[in-house]
Amino acid sequence: MTEVETAVLEVRHITKKFPGVTALEDVSLSIEAGKVTALIGENGAGKSTLMKVLSGVYQDFEGEIHYKGELVKFTGPKDAQQQGVVIIHQELNLIPYLSITENIFLGRELVTQYGTMDKSRMRRKTQELLDRLKLKVNPESPVFKLKVGQQQVVEIAKALLTDAELIIMDEPTSAITGSEVEVLFEIIEDLRKANKAIVYISHKLDELFSIADNYAVLRDGKVIERGKMEGMTHDKLISKMVGRTIEVMRKTSGTDKQEALLEVRNLNLRHKVRKDNVLKDISFDVKRGEIVGLFGLMGAGRTELLETIFGLHASHASGRVLMQGEQLCCDSPARAIAAGLALVPEDRKKDGLVLGLDVKTNISLTTLPDLEKLGTLNDTQECALADKYIGELKIKTPSRTQQAKNLSGGNQQKIVLAKWLATKPKLLLLDEPTRGIDINAKSEIYKLIIGLADQGLGILVVSSELPEILALSDRILVMAEGRLTGEFTAAEASEDAILKRAIVSMSE
Amino acid sequence: MDAILNRNNFARFQSLIALFLLCLGLSILSDKFLSVSNLWNVMRQISANICISTGMTLIVLTAGIDLSVGSVLALCGAITAGLLKNGIEVPANNLYIGFTILGAILAGVLTGSFLGAFNGWAITRFKVPPFVATLAMLTVARGFTMLWTGGFPISGLGDTFLYFGTGWLLGIPVPVWISVLVVGIAVFVTNKTRIGRYIYAIGGNESASRLSGINVDRVKIIVYTIAGGLAAVGGIMVTSRLDSAQPNAGMSYELDSIAAVVIGGTSLSGGRGSIMGTVQGAIIIGVLNNGLVLLNVSPFWQQVVKGLVILLAVIIDKSNSKNE
Repeated sequence: MTEVETAVLEVRHITKKFPGVTALEDVSLSIEAGKVTALIGENGAGKSTLMKVLSGVYQDFEGEIHYKGELVKFTGPKDAQQQGVVIIHQELNLIPYLSITENIFLGRELVTQYGTMDKSRMRRKTQELLDRLKLKVNPESPVFKLKVGQQQVVEIAKALLTDAELIIMDEPTSAITGSEVEVLFEIIEDLRKANKAIVYISHKLDELFSIADNYAVLRDGKVIERGKMEGMTHDKLISKMVGRTIEVMRKTSGTDKQEALLEVRNLNLRHKVRKDNVLKDISFDVKRGEIVGLFGLMGAGRTELLETIFGLHASHASGRVLMQGEQLCCDSPARAIAAGLALVPEDRKKDGLVLGLDVKTNISLTTLPDLEKLGTLNDTQECALADKYIGELKIKTPSRTQQAKNLSGGNQQKIVLAKWLATKPKLLLLDEPTRGIDINAKSEIYKLIIGLADQGLGILVVSSELPEILALSDRILVMAEGRLTGEFTAAEASEDAILKRAIVSMSE
Repeated sequence: MDAILNRNNFARFQSLIALFLLCLGLSILSDKFLSVSNLWNVMRQISANICISTGMTLIVLTAGIDLSVGSVLALCGAITAGLLKNGIEVPANNLYIGFTILGAILAGVLTGSFLGAFNGWAITRFKVPPFVATLAMLTVARGFTMLWTGGFPISGLGDTFLYFGTGWLLGIPVPVWISVLVVGIAVFVTNKTRIGRYIYAIGGNESASRLSGINVDRVKIIVYTIAGGLAAVGGIMVTSRLDSAQPNAGMSYELDSIAAVVIGGTSLSGGRGSIMGTVQGAIIIGVLNNGLVLLNVSPFWQQVVKGLVILLAVIIDKSNSKNE
């Protein structure tokens, strides 16, 4: 019962469903005042959904939220905020062309007795907040001029202004560096001393050991375990988070591995605005039936490399790309497709699917010219095509006429794969093929990828998840700052070695 | 039967239901409304708007807009009328080119298509937002109309030409035949052909469409060209019906046309909607106009009512799509 007494906020048996996917399942959690609770879990584990439930963004869910001992139902983020629950989102919610002061007081401006804005009082308050947070900038400067880390601090200042009881920080250190992180931790320490409750979401486990008191591990929408941080080890946490090793291991079969399918030679890509190059002198091969994993940190140029091979940056690129010994001169996706290339983009909602159209239409979008007879689309053939891939890739959909937006992430990703497989590609470029999809769907997609390689396709797969790269690849390439910095065979690769190469040139 | 009562189907039929109720109300309030001659009259009047709005629907489906249709309509009507009546004279060479009716109409439609293509080119080549590019064309085309006509109507175009706006064929007005033909082709194109599919895909997600190998720019240029051509067809109908090309013809037609598209349930953000919806929208506006005149409502009030109906239609449509 002691837990209940100190809990500022308690969630009980929360379940939240989206069309086709259960994001949270029977989640219970209590958050104590004066403590930092770390919420950990892989991508897609349900952390963001839980935070949106807590901060009033989602109002339709099963279960109860008890706040300060009372059952509450927030009517929206603003209501939650007024009652003292504030969330600092991973994507910052500041308005770039307004000043710091204007951002902090947005929607709750102070007014004078004449009804005009009390600018001097707002400025003074802002200054106080910034002093407290040790941010040395002019409260009047527009937010877009600040560094990302400083913007983060402004977000925290916003939270402090409302006298928040519970502050939720979603990946606060994802975009900031060493010294800024230290400042942030000092701020968190102060908040803890002021008896505020803090929920801290992060992928960076090391951070948690220095600031968190309690932890809760989410996996597949369920709370797997919660407890005290004390006595916890790095490895134990990871094993709870992951709870699995990727089973489908790629065994290098060694058949037909000599024939080069794709040859990239001295590829350079100029930045669209800046003078420097995004890709620097990149050369490598992909053979038939081979899965080449491409690892790199954010901004290493992985996506740009795939896009350049696919011909999206023709006017800025130099160097040679050969398919089966023939020079590719792709300057449009149509030509790349004709040459046997297929690109599964990183962001399937933005670049992969037409969400408002149905499954069938999305699958056939790349191959409509083949489905045309006398200028008319052949409906029978189109349905047959869709059914073929719905069956082969086990796309779970009520029917082929279901809108793509109503399917789960994993099934959406399968649709994107299907529409590219329909073009009968020789080389598949996969950009983060399992981003944001649940674990079962992930392993299905791994099996698909391996199956395709066994059929003789060359596959170049970009991923920021090391276990994924290690499990899938025959060969691993590492990129850092636009350069290839390492190459490993499946046998000699290890997480440590790969990471070292991905970071090594950053300090140079 | 279940399928008909299903929610989505109800949404699809709801503009038909609105139209039915509107007609029912008008036939109770006015004894003139439900007469054969009046109904044909309404249909004749809205034929031009149906043609224009068909083109507009294609554009809106790609998430674009065309504000220039009214001016293009005026210019193309005037060009057809001018060529028909005066031909082209080049005094310096002592040259005179006369135009047959078909030649003059062809010249008008080609002009409209060219102006539409120009819109498409500006939008795709220079990434000018469609709103701005076609706003510029609205002014330019109106200016050319004034230059071509000298600010005066071109009238007295001959009985044969008037057939397109005022004639009858098999008991149905000729302009109705034309608009049925236009709508029929457009329905076929949007539902059964590749470019139709591309139009929906581009409006739904341009980036994904581009990556799928669709030549987005070409599709857009084609769509704006078609819309320009259809505006010209509308212009020729209006000119023929009035036996006169007015320099200020087609003023604010773009608004009626956008209204028809929107009332017909096509989303202004693209990717969702249909030609038949737009036809219903155009008929609703036409019947409303006619009814308000029959009921002796002052023209000023007519505008107020029309505006409120458009707003109401969009609100209903929004709440439907939210429930989906």
